[in-house]
Amino acid sequence: MKKFAWLLTLVLALSLVLSACGAGATPTPAPVEKFRVAVVMPSAINDLAFSQSMYDALVRVQKDMGGPDKFEIVYSENMFVVDDAAAAIRDYATKGYDLVIAHGSQYGSSLQEIAPDFPDTSFAWGTTVDTFGLPNVFAYEAASQEGGYVNGVLAAALTNTDVIGVIGPIETGDAKLYVDGFKAGVLSAKPGAQVNVNYIGSFSDTALAAEAATTHIAAGADILTGTAQMVVGAIGKAEEANVLWFGTQSNQSSLAPKIVVASQVYHWEVVLKQMIDLIQGGTLGGQSFTANLANGGEVIEVNPDSNVFDYAKPLAEDTVKGIIDGSIKITLP
Amino acid sequence: MISDLFSVTVLVGILASGIRLATPYLYAAIGETFSQRSGVLNLGVEGQMLLGAFAAFYVTLTTGNLWLGLMTAMLVGALMGLAMAYVTVNLQAQQGISGIGFYLFGLGMSDLLFQKLMGTVETVKGFPKIHIPGLSDIPGIGEIFFSQNILVYGAYLLVPIAWFVLNKTTLGLKIRSVGENPDAADSLGVNVGRIRYFTIILGGILSGVAGASLSIALLNVFQQNMTSGQGFIAVALVYFGAWRPTGVLGGALLFSLINALQLWVQVLNIPVPSEIAVMMPYVLTILVLVTSVSKVRAPSALSKPFEREN
Amino acid sequence: MKKVFESEWVSRLIDGLLPVFATLAALLVGAVMLLFLKVNPIEAYKALWVGAFGTSNAFAETLVKATPLLLVGLGICISFRGDVINIGGEGQMIIGAIVATWVGLTFTTLPGWLVITLAMLAGFAGGAVWGGIPGVLKAYFRVNEILSTVMMNAIAVQLMNFLLRGPMIDPAQAELASKIPQTARLLEIFRLPRLIPTRLHLGALIAVILAVLVYILLWRTTLGYRIRAVGQNPHASRYAGIKVPRYIVLALLLSGAFSGLAGATQVFGVNYRMITDGSASGFTGSAGFNGIVAALFGQLHPIWSIPASILFGALLVGANSMQRVVQVPSALVIALNGLVVVFVVSSEIWRQKRQRRRLSVARQDGDSPPPADEQPVPHTEAGT
Repeated sequence: MKKFAWLLTLVLALSLVLSACGAGATPTPAPVEKFRVAVVMPSAINDLAFSQSMYDALVRVQKDMGGPDKFEIVYSENMFVVDDAAAAIRDYATKGYDLVIAHGSQYGSSLQEIAPDFPDTSFAWGTTVDTFGLPNVFAYEAASQEGGYVNGVLAAALTNTDVIGVIGPIETGDAKLYVDGFKAGVLSAKPGAQVNVNYIGSFSDTALAAEAATTHIAAGADILTGTAQMVVGAIGKAEEANVLWFGTQSNQSSLAPKIVVASQVYHWEVVLKQMIDLIQGGTLGGQSFTANLANGGEVIEVNPDSNVFDYAKPLAEDTVKGIIDGSIKITLP
Repeated sequence: MISDLFSVTVLVGILASGIRLATPYLYAAIGETFSQRSGVLNLGVEGQMLLGAFAAFYVTLTTGNLWLGLMTAMLVGALMGLAMAYVTVNLQAQQGISGIGFYLFGLGMSDLLFQKLMGTVETVKGFPKIHIPGLSDIPGIGEIFFSQNILVYGAYLLVPIAWFVLNKTTLGLKIRSVGENPDAADSLGVNVGRIRYFTIILGGILSGVAGASLSIALLNVFQQNMTSGQGFIAVALVYFGAWRPTGVLGGALLFSLINALQLWVQVLNIPVPSEIAVMMPYVLTILVLVTSVSKVRAPSALSKPFEREN
Repeated sequence: MKKVFESEWVSRLIDGLLPVFATLAALLVGAVMLLFLKVNPIEAYKALWVGAFGTSNAFAETLVKATPLLLVGLGICISFRGDVINIGGEGQMIIGAIVATWVGLTFTTLPGWLVITLAMLAGFAGGAVWGGIPGVLKAYFRVNEILSTVMMNAIAVQLMNFLLRGPMIDPAQAELASKIPQTARLLEIFRLPRLIPTRLHLGALIAVILAVLVYILLWRTTLGYRIRAVGQNPHASRYAGIKVPRYIVLALLLSGAFSGLAGATQVFGVNYRMITDGSASGFTGSAGFNGIVAALFGQLHPIWSIPASILFGALLVGANSMQRVVQVPSALVIALNGLVVVFVVSSEIWRQKRQRRRLSVARQDGDSPPPADEQPVPHTEAGT
């Protein structure tokens, strides 16, 4: 035991020496203009779903603001371990980023603790409306039930068998909102339609999602939808069976151009730009934002390559308009 | 309603889905059976599957040749197997742990290559469903048994082949003896190390094919961590199957059919909480094993490194 | 001079440092990968070091990460020495955490220290049950523990999802549309005290104390002796009158209990609530698996597991920090993790060779042989 205590002391001493060397090298101060953003995400930036939607939005903001010299983006993806994400958030805050985005509902607890320690840093938490009453925390969410509703209306109009299948990961949060909205949309247009919902219990089991799609199709569904990154398997099966697909979170047309009718795409930049303006004006938090159809935070991108485009586009636009001007009311279970 | 389950469509659907879902488990578990029969526990199957899946997908994507993709997956699996074999036989490392290390390496490496070489999720045209004129068109049976793709058939063909090799060939005898009593086998002139190299590399190849079956046959897509734990289930199934290819087949089918069943339970809106439905294959696998009476014996030398007594 | 290098003391020190050398070798391979990614390996590894040890905050993070590793590792020490492979740590952590959280949220009127104690015991008990079930299945129904623990892990995840979005959901969340699957937050007085301003919590100290207790258990009590006896030779133990099945159950039960406690300390010391993203590792950080690795790095000895857990925790924390500084994909961190595990576990052979050489040298010199507690090799027992 003594040897290890000795060893540990040696290791510690070495670390102090090395960190002193490290501390000596100060980073060149960034030009005052540059806005620096760090984002922590629970899945991959190319998951064609949740995390990608945020990363793509940040890239768009970067372009609008003048490129990497004016807008710096750093990220930590695949942070599904809440504890590691907390360490990441704290680390980025320590490094002086202007805005640290915690893009995952599971990060809330951590943020609640960390934010008060960094009063000069602005934090953003999605997807929720809770800012904990803290002056430097923004909250944002997507009214995914709105886009879900539109997709549902379109699906109801396009189905021939009146059976529609839904594939979800876990029955909570953003996924549940979308699914509930979708179901409401279908039933509003076709009250007699059958909407079969299936939660496969995981965000990553692509094979099970694919088999769920096959099961839906065997049960008579001629239209499918789903949310979260494992649905890429389901989309493939839909394409094989020539079944139409509605996507959410990101534009999924690239995966199956023939059968993807429309996707609800999150344009988080609408929300981000508001936050950035506020931050540059001195307000670091205390507000919550909702990305919805009205403010362009959610956009129904109808796939121009699908052969029902001419029919779907006007119907989508009408439904969106109805939701925006309030003539269509979405009631969730 | 529960009664909805008892319809022909549902039955056909469950059987067809079950047979498909079992495919990757079969490849991986049969491979692991060979390893474990020779006394080696390989927990890195999942990593081999993921790297194999990526290799098959990427090569198919860039060359358009499915068979080339499949062979690349086999090569990648073999290389991982070679590394595992060296670590297990020559370096006599703790097998369970080295397996976990290979798993993490495969998981990270496949994702890294995916991000750097592809960057975004894409699809390929994978092995198509084989249409046998006449047979495939039989209602019900046709869909279940005669409309699958070639890799599915390969998995099931593997079972009798594996049974034959293990039980009816000299090679199989050597493998089994190495797993039961490596000292005795060694004294009889069997090269224990070489046999283990063979079984571990074979296991790697088959795990690679298992991954390929997902990425270029069943799902036609690659995504990070797409196996989502199937490799570990495959290892568990070897124990379920009592180290016999037929038992492994039974286990894979049991697990997959119940999985297919729970999908239908949800799709038919039968009021069961989704989590309970998802749990069903796991719970039932344990229950079946508990209630089965068979006396099961593991290969006696399983997980013990072999060292020649000097 | 030669005498110094040949001395037992130095020799054993080098043995202890072998995992460190192996880690360095793995990082060397990692450096090649970094170069391929056009990242400066020196910059990257400096970030790793600083991230793990550079500041007092970093070191605190390392210890926080090491705590569940040590606790799980202690359980593994017990189970592996009883010759049972427990890869159900993930599920056991989850169940222990759920039970502990339930205690913390239900008995809100009791004093803080009492609730914390009860919750830790509850976590211990919860994990014990989740480990005991595979134990019973193995001892009395011949169900192999690798199979049962893999299945139990998956079942635990679904149970967690069900409870956290249903009966145990935070009432505040149930109102909102977002319905995040998490429980309510633990009251301030119920949380494990921290060494402010870091995140280092009492759980770390609990773990170290338990390490000593486990050492005493394994080598100074009859119970521990019997667990080890069954582990080394079940047949001889049976002839000696030890009820083998009972000790198999105990090995898995205790092992599960420690994992359950790890889960409880995570909730009460770090997160202050139970939250899920649907997977096991979102909550556990894969401590259920990494703890096995840490225990093996510590030669399955409870005391050596302490520095082993710290070093492994340092690697994990440092690698994450490295990811942030040089912006490499997290996938590289995972691959690196795997390489380190493979390299370290492969370096064992040199430790054994050296030990054997020392033994034979000692015999030649007429010295008494060193204590022969060779590291046991866990294997699935013949007959299961």
